[in-house]
Amino acid sequence: MTKKDSSIDPKSFLIVGAVITLLLVLVIIVGMFWTPYSPTAMKYGRFQSPSWNHIFGTDNFGRDIFSRIVKGAGNTLVIALSTVIIGAAGGILIGSLTGYFGGAVDVVLMRVNDALTAFPSFLLALLIVSLVGPGSKYSVVLALGLVFIPSFARVTRSEFASLRSRNFVTGARLTGAGHARIIFVYLLPNTGRVLLPALTIGFNNAVLAEASMSFLGIGVTPPDSSLGYMLSEAQSMVSIAPWYALSTGLSIVLLVFGVGLIGEGLQARAKEVD
Amino acid sequence: MLVINDLHVRFNGREREAVGGISLSINDGEIVGLVGESGSGKTVTAMSIAGLLPRRQCTYSGDILLDGKDLLHAQRSELRKLHGKEIGVVFQEPMSSMDPLMKIGHQIGEVLRIHTDLSMSQIREKALEAMASVELKNPEQIYDCYPHELSGGMLQRCMIAAAIVIEPSLLLLDEPTTALDVTIQAQILELLKKLNARLGISMLLISHNLNVVRKLCSRIAVMKRGLIVEIGDTESVFLNPQHDYTKALIKAIPTRERRFG
Amino acid sequence: MKEPVLEVRHVSGGYRESGVLGTRKRYQEVIQDVDFCVYHGEILGLVGESGTGKTTLTRMILGMLKPERGEIIHHTKRPQIIFQDPYSSLNPVYTAEWAVEEPLRVFGKYDAKERKRRVYEMLERVKLPRECWNAKPDDLSGGQRQRVCIAAALIQRPRFLIADEPVSALDVTIQAKILDLIKELRDDLDLSFLFISHDLNVVYQLCDRVLVMKSGRIVEQGDIEEVYNNPKSEYTKKLLEASL
Repeated sequence: MTKKDSSIDPKSFLIVGAVITLLLVLVIIVGMFWTPYSPTAMKYGRFQSPSWNHIFGTDNFGRDIFSRIVKGAGNTLVIALSTVIIGAAGGILIGSLTGYFGGAVDVVLMRVNDALTAFPSFLLALLIVSLVGPGSKYSVVLALGLVFIPSFARVTRSEFASLRSRNFVTGARLTGAGHARIIFVYLLPNTGRVLLPALTIGFNNAVLAEASMSFLGIGVTPPDSSLGYMLSEAQSMVSIAPWYALSTGLSIVLLVFGVGLIGEGLQARAKEVD
Repeated sequence: MLVINDLHVRFNGREREAVGGISLSINDGEIVGLVGESGSGKTVTAMSIAGLLPRRQCTYSGDILLDGKDLLHAQRSELRKLHGKEIGVVFQEPMSSMDPLMKIGHQIGEVLRIHTDLSMSQIREKALEAMASVELKNPEQIYDCYPHELSGGMLQRCMIAAAIVIEPSLLLLDEPTTALDVTIQAQILELLKKLNARLGISMLLISHNLNVVRKLCSRIAVMKRGLIVEIGDTESVFLNPQHDYTKALIKAIPTRERRFG
Repeated sequence: MKEPVLEVRHVSGGYRESGVLGTRKRYQEVIQDVDFCVYHGEILGLVGESGTGKTTLTRMILGMLKPERGEIIHHTKRPQIIFQDPYSSLNPVYTAEWAVEEPLRVFGKYDAKERKRRVYEMLERVKLPRECWNAKPDDLSGGQRQRVCIAAALIQRPRFLIADEPVSALDVTIQAKILDLIKELRDDLDLSFLFISHDLNVVYQLCDRVLVMKSGRIVEQGDIEEVYNNPKSEYTKKLLEASL
């Protein structure tokens, strides 16, 4: 008579996502201090296909691809994290101020926000990179971070705007709590429900955006490397060494997949609470 | 005409049954009240009758028969026919029960469009008739209004008109006056009484407000934690409650008596 | 004559719709020439149907909205309010104990130990079961939430409180208990209340005097027995007739 609810428990999304992400992060952290081979040494023979010695093979300079991926993924991770931190910090600040105070500040800032959103974010990032000067991972982080601010601002603002008229905020005001206290102690913790999934989505977008920028040659440049940069390198030799492109691409997919699952899980959990 | 026999409903993942085996019948032309506090199972009972039970998310057993036709186990498509024609439903919140983008008159006539072959002009005629019978002034004018142009009391009248336009045999009233001001509430109750007397529609009134139930119903059933703890003629239940919970409930009703010295 | 804790003197006011960048637009008057006092130790009822300006009036008394004309004189510090919907009055991320302690933290006069002592005392006073002290709003029933709200409103020891439909969202058996609690607290803590409700019976049970409002005006005010047994205005008569 009865049928079980067919949707998957959000908890399992969270657990699988967390396991994948934690494993990757662990490998990356270890890779910052130790890799099986030197990622820059060109002495392992060119274009070796994957084997037990070199599980992802070697590239055109005879470098061990696995070691390079671990190092490159480290850079990608740092870039994506810093981007999300800049974007979230800026966005939450702007969003909470405009959402909380409303009025003219809100109107002006949100119209600027709209204008920025209307502009393709990728082009905006290109513009910023060319202004700051391309060629370092710092300019990538700065460009992407700035580009990410509007979306975080929007999410935070709408949450704040709906929360500020709740009775508990009125009550807090009557007890004499100041604006700063209301924003940080009352409202911000209540936005976690929507901000946490937004953070994971932002992280994934940052990984992909960095990859595309490096792929186009305006992102990370040697001697630094990143997954995106390596992918652009790999495409020129995809017929000779397909394992290079494959392993790099799959690494990106795995990273995005793990974090994406966490985001899914968080979102599903937030909906359940509603 | 409506017979509920040993109805059980339990939502998946819950220990306790939302409805734990209740039996209740409504005779032709009768108004029966179902009272209880939040979590008593009265809303779930109403949902079962109205065919709004999320069937996949619960287990259920028992019978709900409307003039001998099974409401609980029938196919969806059959149910839809039955519900439009035989059961009219009026919900608590008139504003959210209406489509904000559809003219009032069209919403009232909608059920006729679905369940009958009447022509457009006949439907309009019937809708206006129903609007007149719920004592709306200027039905012609209100016919072309949108929900936001009307007050809560007028909207609730329109909801009742939409529920009776097809002349169902049972009207299911789920807290129909809870969202309304007292003066409007009194008018709506008066109206329901008149409709019952004139059209002979049976009604099941679900409410947490015992005063409302007392005003309208000839029999009441008191629910607590999924069970009917007491059932009987309204006045005898009020004047001589048997079950402890009924006593407590009646004692808690705010009346025109000073609780405090 | 008892001393007033609140004087509302010929107050009129309402909302100004503000356009983009604060340009002033339309003005809609909601409250017209409202004049009354709340006296020390009394529970003053305020009845009226939806849209009569009860909420606007409370916003003015709480200082969230300025009256256009007239004045509001407080003879006590910091009036507090108890809302109808106890769920939205509590911050969903914090526990009951946190919510009650918060006004004291903001007030900043007592150390942690003294704060806890006062919080526990107040939670006992509103009879919140001990196992609920560390629960979050989601895990509390409507009545328990309202007890937490009352404790939080009382922790700064206000002399005057506004109760805005405090029992309307609750089941009748719970409602009766909360009304008993309000009465008891009034006596024990020497409080004065403005008690807003649409339920005339509840007001009759609890209040000493009553104001009847319609369309932004007070149409009748006086001693509760006087008004209920011998209403002067047509509107009051109609209300009393309609209430079951």
